[in-house]
Amino acid sequence: MLSRTADNLFWMARHIERAENIARVLDVAHRTSLLPRDVEETEANLWYAPLNITGCAAGYEDKHGLARASAVTHYMALDPDNPSSIYTCLKMARENARTARSAITSEMWEIINATWLELKRLSEQMDYDYEKFPDFFDWVKDRSHLFRGVTLGTIIKDIALSFIKLGTFLERADNTARLLDVKYHILLTEKENVGSSVDYYQWGSLLKSVSAFEAYRKIYRDVISPLRVAELLILRDDMPRSLHACMDEVEDALLEINGSAGKEALRSAGELHAALHFGRIENIFERGLHEYLTHFLGQTYSLSQNIRDAYLARQDRFETLPIRRAGQSQQQT
Amino acid sequence: MDIKATNYFDEMRIDDGKIRDIYQHYQHWQSNLSTGTLERKSAEAELLFRRLGITFAVYGESSGSERLIPFDIVPRIFSRTEWTRLELGIKQRVRALNAFLHDIYHEQEIIKAGVISKKQVLGNALYRPEMQGVDLPNQVYAQIAGIDLVRVAENDFYVLEDNLRTPSGVSYMLENRNTMMRLFPELFASHAVEPVEHYPQMLLDTLRESAPANVSNPTIVVMTPGSYNSAYFEHAFLASQMGVELVEGQDLFVHQQKVYMHTTDGPQQVHVIYRRVDDDFLDPLVFRPDSTLGVPGLLDAYCSGNVSLTNGVGTGVADDKSTYFYVPDMIKFYLGETPLLSNVPTWRLSEKDDLKYALANLPELVVKEVQGSGGYGMLVGPTSSKAEIETYKQRILKDPANFIAQPTLALSTCPTLVESGVAPRHVDLRPFVLSGKDIRLVAGGLTRVALSEGSLVVNSSQGGGTKDTWVLEN
Repeated sequence: MLSRTADNLFWMARHIERAENIARVLDVAHRTSLLPRDVEETEANLWYAPLNITGCAAGYEDKHGLARASAVTHYMALDPDNPSSIYTCLKMARENARTARSAITSEMWEIINATWLELKRLSEQMDYDYEKFPDFFDWVKDRSHLFRGVTLGTIIKDIALSFIKLGTFLERADNTARLLDVKYHILLTEKENVGSSVDYYQWGSLLKSVSAFEAYRKIYRDVISPLRVAELLILRDDMPRSLHACMDEVEDALLEINGSAGKEALRSAGELHAALHFGRIENIFERGLHEYLTHFLGQTYSLSQNIRDAYLARQDRFETLPIRRAGQSQQQT
Repeated sequence: MDIKATNYFDEMRIDDGKIRDIYQHYQHWQSNLSTGTLERKSAEAELLFRRLGITFAVYGESSGSERLIPFDIVPRIFSRTEWTRLELGIKQRVRALNAFLHDIYHEQEIIKAGVISKKQVLGNALYRPEMQGVDLPNQVYAQIAGIDLVRVAENDFYVLEDNLRTPSGVSYMLENRNTMMRLFPELFASHAVEPVEHYPQMLLDTLRESAPANVSNPTIVVMTPGSYNSAYFEHAFLASQMGVELVEGQDLFVHQQKVYMHTTDGPQQVHVIYRRVDDDFLDPLVFRPDSTLGVPGLLDAYCSGNVSLTNGVGTGVADDKSTYFYVPDMIKFYLGETPLLSNVPTWRLSEKDDLKYALANLPELVVKEVQGSGGYGMLVGPTSSKAEIETYKQRILKDPANFIAQPTLALSTCPTLVESGVAPRHVDLRPFVLSGKDIRLVAGGLTRVALSEGSLVVNSSQGGGTKDTWVLEN
């Protein structure tokens, strides 16, 4: 497959996944803002979390100053100047799809194109109207689900799909790790606070943001405890948004692609995967959750770079020979 | 020929208002529709096109960087008998044009015979000396040709221009048909419309046949200037319909006169490039050095016979509006046949007498730049103001040889859905002709329609629309 096409497929998938994750993060912030808060937890405190997860706090502060619900929501959902807003992600996804148009199916293209057209229409209607956003977040998630469904239902299973999977799951792993990292302090609460209603809601909302609340109930059938929340989102391979599940898919995709230059990418994905497969949550907590997640994010970043060099940005040359100008060889005919 | 600006050939109605046979069935169907159906279907079609992202870019218009080309939902209908006659004429013309290109890049018999002057050919800016003596597969230069035709009477068709460089619009032919079938399945059940959907397959066959002689299983790609090009949708569409890669210049490189593309598994050799990039931008080592769209060394690889470019390099010399004048002579010279399709009478303003005549009659004439295209930079005398004509006159006087003049043709009209209902609007036709080992075309083409009343300019860049074109089996 053409390197640049693979690059666009990879980023198309990443951008859509990222848009969905931003919608999830904002949705949870909205729900949390409706809950009773500790006295010291201010509005600004609450709304820095989503900005930190997506790494756009600095950009926000330059533009709006202190974090406020409506401004943060608008900035992260609809601001075209924010390079990681939902708006920008879906715009980029559409550009990627347009550039890789010949490698995706008509149905996939139609979903992405229609999503972008609808987003433009919605963004004109919404503005700062805080009330309308929950519906909007549902819409973003729906479009992302729809795109994944259409992709799996229409595209042939070749390396185009593998690059799409690679983009999706690397982005998802990255997001889950960031989400955990921003909330790691609440997972490390002192024993005596465990079981307080405030914590219950905090963990509950964290689980809900990755659609894991119901899964938790099903698997553990018990009160929510920080150790188990972390275990579910890091080590359980049956939980679709856990780091382990994501790295399962990443490794599979790299095995399917199996290019001659991809040895290092495959090796480091295998290493990451094995650590998750055999890891124990107690050890992670001993080492420090924050340190663990920082390390994980560093490793997925270098994995992305390996993938980039091996597949997405190839500039091979056989050797540097001067290229003759046309006309010099014509006398042969 | 008598062309009066007020006397148009109406393809649906005879002078007394009766419906021609070929439109009988359609008109019957249409007259039974409830009020507003066509308008509703038209809105539906627009939605479909927008969803499919079938857009084009208009140069020089910053806000409208992605616009829909208006689609008219009333089909244009030909009979098989009419089409067969056209088809023969089109194939004859393309055969002669390819023979001309082969000749001028080899023995130049036509110049030696005095049919066309040396200056007209070798002095043409689009003549490529680099191509002299280069042998191409099948001796074909323009594998994909778009021949623009206009109709002025029942059996009177004229060739308006030949497009032998990178003719575009075929995706609209295909999507228009697709949309019509989605909107009006019942019409296709009751009309025996000849299919056009196999065009991409025919194109792929043609590209395969155009591969270098020693390559049995060629790797074919479509080359685009990029996603900001006005015809990008079409490039992507054709690549995906043929199942081949869509590449940009940056994806290719040349090594020892062979062309490779960067793939996820390393370099892969490419044998046929259906390029939608102009000659000037193909190879910065030979043509424009500032081009970032091309591939250094591409022309060398091409001239060495290791890669085929479709269309070939240097075809512009044959579709130039001043060379156009000689096409009937080419048909006689190379094929020994009488031209089946006529040329529009043309005054070449490089000639003193022609210039004098044209300057005196500008309000009645259409004046075009010799190497212009897309309807840019032309003067339509009858619809221009005195001031516009005067400004244009000054442009002509600066460089007369850069212009040709033609009578304002009475383009035929077809029924078209406009605000006031269904009304006649002027149309032309671009069939797409494929030349490999054989010459092929599907029964149909792109009908372009001038949507404003009385307008004769059908170019999409000038606000024209398109129609589905039907050839009905007898």
